[in-house]
Amino acid sequence: MNVAIRSALDVMLGRDGQVVVFGEDVGYFGGVFRCTEGLQSKYGETRVFDTPIAEGGIIGVAVGMGAYGLRPVAEIQFADYVYPGLDQLISEAARLRYRSGADFTAPLTVRMPAGGGIHGGQTHSQSPEALFTHVCGLKTVLPSTPYDAKGLLIASIEDDDPVVFLEPKRLYNGPFDGHPERPIVPWTDHPLGDVPEDYYSIPLGVAAVRRPGSDVTVLAYGTMVYVAEAAAAETGVDAEIIDLRTLLPLDTDTIVQSVEKTGRCVIVHEATRTSGFGAELAATVQELCFFHLESPIQRVTGWDTPYPHAQEWDYFPGPGRVGAALRSVMED
Amino acid sequence: MDAGNDPDPPTHHGPLRFQVPEPSARPGDEPDFSYLDVPPAGDTRRPEVSVDPHQIRDLADAMIRVLDDDGNAVGPWAPGAELSADAMRRALRAMVITRAYDDRMFQSQRQGKTSFYMRSTGEEAIAVGHALELGPRDMFFPTYRQQGWLIAREWPLVDMMCQIFSNERDRLHGRQMPVMYSAKEAGFFTISGNLGTQFIQAVGWAMASAIAGDTCLAAGVVGEGTTAEADFHHALTFAATYQAPVILNVVNNQWAISSFQGIAGGASSTFAARAIGHGIPALRIDGNDYLAVVAGIRWAAERARRNHGPTLIEWVTYRAAAHSSSDDPSKYRPQDEWKAWPLGDPVERLATHLGQIGEWSPVRQNELDEEAKAIVRAAAKEAEGYGTLLDGHVADRRSLFEDVFKEMPAHLRRQRDELERLT
Repeated sequence: MNVAIRSALDVMLGRDGQVVVFGEDVGYFGGVFRCTEGLQSKYGETRVFDTPIAEGGIIGVAVGMGAYGLRPVAEIQFADYVYPGLDQLISEAARLRYRSGADFTAPLTVRMPAGGGIHGGQTHSQSPEALFTHVCGLKTVLPSTPYDAKGLLIASIEDDDPVVFLEPKRLYNGPFDGHPERPIVPWTDHPLGDVPEDYYSIPLGVAAVRRPGSDVTVLAYGTMVYVAEAAAAETGVDAEIIDLRTLLPLDTDTIVQSVEKTGRCVIVHEATRTSGFGAELAATVQELCFFHLESPIQRVTGWDTPYPHAQEWDYFPGPGRVGAALRSVMED
Repeated sequence: MDAGNDPDPPTHHGPLRFQVPEPSARPGDEPDFSYLDVPPAGDTRRPEVSVDPHQIRDLADAMIRVLDDDGNAVGPWAPGAELSADAMRRALRAMVITRAYDDRMFQSQRQGKTSFYMRSTGEEAIAVGHALELGPRDMFFPTYRQQGWLIAREWPLVDMMCQIFSNERDRLHGRQMPVMYSAKEAGFFTISGNLGTQFIQAVGWAMASAIAGDTCLAAGVVGEGTTAEADFHHALTFAATYQAPVILNVVNNQWAISSFQGIAGGASSTFAARAIGHGIPALRIDGNDYLAVVAGIRWAAERARRNHGPTLIEWVTYRAAAHSSSDDPSKYRPQDEWKAWPLGDPVERLATHLGQIGEWSPVRQNELDEEAKAIVRAAAKEAEGYGTLLDGHVADRRSLFEDVFKEMPAHLRRQRDELERLT
């Protein structure tokens, strides 16, 4: 997926002279996850450059650049590091258009690796997406395949509003179904790893059905899409797996269509449960599909604890837990 | 004896003391500005704009002043502040209208026509100087106390007042508290209520101008209290790293609501000195001396335009009015402190200088004061005609959902319809 992200940045740097890419270690070195490798030598350090270690500063200058008329793409090295930048994101970028009566806008994209599965402990594994979806004026995107990552990142950069683009870091080098004991499959050997070199975009706010099914609707995003697929295969439950792709704006039409068909819903995310995005999804499904539901909606999420280091696989909501939820909703 | 192994080692020190700085005077005390070292006008050297910042570290503790007590322009910074009599009268007029505007809008708040107001009394020279000295495409990132910029740029007073009254003609549709103007056409960035956020944004805007190979620069403003915010330090770090074409202004008006400047660390060093560790040139300037204001802005702007990077300027001034209409300064500082302020009143000082060179008189000043009041009165009458918070002529509630995003997503359309159905 990191290759797809690099390709999206490459395409947009080439197409639009207003695009600039910056963040900690993204310039000469090419980023700790190699998402910007080679871009500085191709486009020069005016377009692709390193920044001081100051997330508030990185997002703050991005707001100023956006107000000037550039299209900044800022990288936060890990989503866990974004908190010092939240004031600039929440109070400034998200509300600039509104508070100025569209006099000034913030067409910036803030990329950040999120999620666990790499033994990153509590400061390199978090999934803070619900913090962003709670903020009016931000769009929140979280792809699960290299093809989507490229198309959605291009759409995010082209969007005239601020977009938080979360990259499931466990998927950078290959899909991951939640079985850490199995050998790693690189994207090169995977059908979804094939990414066209040229420009294409995928509209924000449109979910994808990853696996059609009739028994139960699974709402997932990022790494959890693969975990849900494994759980469906292992349990034999005919789950319809919806990859939300964009959390805000949310594609409620696809969700409603599926839940009305299956009558059951399991929500899966890595983030902590309480006030997680699953709570919003559960409320939405209840509001829009109540009379179609045949069993209570279930959530499978990270525990309400900090993300541990040594006990990663006890924390990570793997196919065992997701499979148990699938079986459970079928029994209700 | 090994003190480290002694459970109760003898100590030669007394107990530690927690230290909280206190201002020099509180209500009931005589005002005391002895902490402020005011050098004679013309005493501070003027370096070349291309100077190595390390060669002018002393200027962070000095004070650039051009106008002496008699209103003469003196010293090495005077030639850099050369202005025609007409240009000075224009600046004076902008300051006087700003003061009249502030007084009128403050009264309007007291009459319930608006919820809130903030005056800039005593520090008008800084915003007016920026407005008249920077170019039409430069961008100003103000705080809530730089309305003088808009008035100096002749932005319509009626438009400003419609924002204050949150009426149907408010271009911000009643979304922002009063005084949080936005006027891109006038080079005036949308004001945030979160302090200091604009400082790093000004640096980002300036970086963008350099990235684009443009010729315009940015000027950011914070108060001395806000230098404690992280964004201030981000701004200095990024401005220094990329040598951004930006003027970083700290308006030290001595008071952040009720906290004197010592609570932001002002008792330990000047705010200008914050630049030294970053290798950014620091100027400390008499902010009530219009000619010194002009000289400082010209120096910093010229330096930025020649690709020599940022300048930090501490403007020494005094917040003569309350912090806002919700504040009562008599609770925390001497009532007449403003009258004892050693740097005087920027309006009077510029008027005195103009009089000194035979271009102004008390009669003309009186005429200008009356004219400013009349202009403001007429504008207020017109703006009030479009509505105030009192009569409820505010923007349509449907507009609440616009501009959250460029295009309204489905969930906001649904919520708008839900509000619509409520009576």
